[in-house]
Amino acid sequence: MSFWSRHQIFEKNSIVLIVGIIPVIAIGGIVEIAPLFYLKSTIEAVEGMRPYTPLELAGRNVYVREGCYLCHSQMVRPLRDEVERYGHYSLAAESMYDHPFQWGSKRTGPDLARVGAKYSDEWHVTHLSNPRAIVPQSVMPSYKFLAETPVSTENVADHLRTNRAVGVPYTDDQITNAVADLKIQADPDNGDTDALLKRYPKSVARNFDGKPGLPTEMDALVAYLQMLGTLVDFKLYNEKANLR
Amino acid sequence: MSDHEGEFDKATGKTTTGHSWDGIKELNTPLPRWWVMTFYLTIVWAIGYWVVYPSWPLVQSYATGVIGYSSRADVAVDLANLEKIRGGKMAVLGAAPLAEIEKDPALLALGRARGRVVFGDNCAPCHGTGAAGAKGFPNLNDDDWLWGGTLEQIEKTIQFGARSAHAESHEGSMLAFGRDGMLKKPEIETVANYVRSLSGLPTAKGYDANAGQKLFADNCASCHGDAGKGNPDMGAPNLTDNIWLYGSDEATIVETITNGRNGVMPAWIGRLDPATIKALTIYVHSLGGGQ
Repeated sequence: MSFWSRHQIFEKNSIVLIVGIIPVIAIGGIVEIAPLFYLKSTIEAVEGMRPYTPLELAGRNVYVREGCYLCHSQMVRPLRDEVERYGHYSLAAESMYDHPFQWGSKRTGPDLARVGAKYSDEWHVTHLSNPRAIVPQSVMPSYKFLAETPVSTENVADHLRTNRAVGVPYTDDQITNAVADLKIQADPDNGDTDALLKRYPKSVARNFDGKPGLPTEMDALVAYLQMLGTLVDFKLYNEKANLR
Repeated sequence: MSDHEGEFDKATGKTTTGHSWDGIKELNTPLPRWWVMTFYLTIVWAIGYWVVYPSWPLVQSYATGVIGYSSRADVAVDLANLEKIRGGKMAVLGAAPLAEIEKDPALLALGRARGRVVFGDNCAPCHGTGAAGAKGFPNLNDDDWLWGGTLEQIEKTIQFGARSAHAESHEGSMLAFGRDGMLKKPEIETVANYVRSLSGLPTAKGYDANAGQKLFADNCASCHGDAGKGNPDMGAPNLTDNIWLYGSDEATIVETITNGRNGVMPAWIGRLDPATIKALTIYVHSLGGGQ
């Protein structure tokens, strides 16, 4: 058997093929996956990242549930046109508390990685309720029902606990106060937001949906959208040290 | 059944694979030589790629490759080149006072062109692609300005926003006269009709013009002015020009007076650089209503 025909040994014996496949896949895995856990350059050091507040996390759950990621990405790539349009390119650190991340793969709508604080709450509420009221050419569906659906508070703490189980550093204090934090962030007029701010620096408490009463899913989703991309302090970010 | 040994096929001069499927045998035709060579070439290419580009993870870092490619360094170079393509004029625009830009045709053209693009990316979602606005989001083509329509006033509005989180933001709120119990429903209806009359719109039957005027003077004039001409320092709109941000029908005006209106414009300073904000100012000012 000539050298060029030796591959037939693998192709004609399934056991030999399996024995051959295992080391090849293992090498691929070790080279591509294992370094992500020990290389320091995988996630850059930044100032300002914190876990989501309970309200933001509830909003994020709505975002995932409604499949927003199918049409919106959350990933500004390091390309000139994207940086010009959306702002600083996304950093790995900015999605380190995302389980799962919402980078997305398709932009039917615009990228949302830096949409936070770009538009007013009223814009978000109007736009989510009826996109075509303000953007006539939009093909986005209406999410009017979010304004009428109260946020479920019964498993808020569990969501924090679940995130902690996969590595998000929620403290016991944050988990104990999850429901209170959720309510106060959407209704800051009826209580003290100091504790919320202490637990979640840079969090913004507002009546996001503009309606009194219990926090709705609209409150949660708008709270989430309004904080996207706003946490990292780029004045303190060392661009040169994080080239890759 | 197969005998695992190929047999010679006289018709083609080739051997079979040795398998037989229900009596059907297959010729053992190897892949074309060119295909196999291309395949091996891709492997060689990949090895070259490892050497040239960032690839293998190491113990502390990763192999950066001999050319030291970095997508993040690349985008910085691209952005610097972009400024060069613009002839360094954005820096000139950023340094020039607004009044001077108005006098320099080249700078003015640059400001308008750049402003138009930035408007599309950042402002159009609220104010519309043609800047015609929507309910609650002002039309920028007309000469009715909530916070003033001079170049300086427009620049300040873009920089710090209106009722935004920024410390220097425009402040001023339309109170919720009905919800907070300052006016009763019939009073609100009367003053709503008075407001309509200021813009020359027809009023409801049996409406008391004198009572409306008095209510307006007592409650509204402090911000909107005695004649209802508005006040750009407080973002109080002119009520006499028949330009309406939320709508002119009685029901909408009653809603406005009952619950108040406090539209928010975010601050853009920090998100956009000063030169870009200047370009945007020039563009918005040129839309038709600049003062």
